[in-house]
Amino acid sequence: MKTPLSSILYVLIGSVIGSFGAVLLKAASGKISRDWRVLIRNWYLVVGVVAYAVSSMFFVKGVSEGQLSVLYPMVSVGYICTLFWSKLFFGEELTKSKFAGLGLIIVGIFILQLGNR
Amino acid sequence: MSSVSVPSTGPEASSRSWKSIALVFGCTLIQAAAQMLIKTGANRVQHRNLLETLIGILTVGPLFAGYSMYGVSMILLVLALRDGELSQLYPVISLTYVWVCFLSVFVLHEPVNIFKGAGVLLIVVGVAVLGKGGKS
Repeated sequence: MKTPLSSILYVLIGSVIGSFGAVLLKAASGKISRDWRVLIRNWYLVVGVVAYAVSSMFFVKGVSEGQLSVLYPMVSVGYICTLFWSKLFFGEELTKSKFAGLGLIIVGIFILQLGNR
Repeated sequence: MSSVSVPSTGPEASSRSWKSIALVFGCTLIQAAAQMLIKTGANRVQHRNLLETLIGILTVGPLFAGYSMYGVSMILLVLALRDGELSQLYPVISLTYVWVCFLSVFVLHEPVNIFKGAGVLLIVVGVAVLGKGGKS
């Protein structure tokens, strides 16, 4: 089974949307409340959750065709994006151990998927 | 996004960071269970377009349950992110792969092989390295 380019694009776009979802949830987390009326007016939270939902729809659509072993590791693109958004939007330090940890995880995801063939 | 607060540093920052990692850890367990439900339900939907997929999520039982659990995990994630760094916590979500791998071996009885073992090990080590990598 060959993996169509459209599936790869769906998964990549889904990953990038998901990384923005994470940024929005982080932005939302500063002002969360037990009051649902405050929560639904927290637009970072609302848009963040919608971003996750949309990104899941892209994933489900993407993996419905093509090889999972090719498509799943592309989720890592979202992790890499998130690392840079963290620096850009929240001024978080990008330490060596963050790169090392992420590098190990990405290699791990690739190897794990090799086992699913 | 200038109004966003940045987590403070200090003697408690390190223990708070492990608390956030523990919350994300719980998040990954819920997400792994959700993924099993979604896998069960996904075969019952025809994904001809995004709208059909969305209707499937709302009408197929296991899919709806799976995505509801994703909702719960998102609440945990927001709570974790409140006290932690996004760049440190987000990759911890990859532990979901580890649980899905265990579930597929022990519940779905898929075969174990060297790649699955090595992949799981690398992800776990990566998460541990990340855990030490925050501000402390």
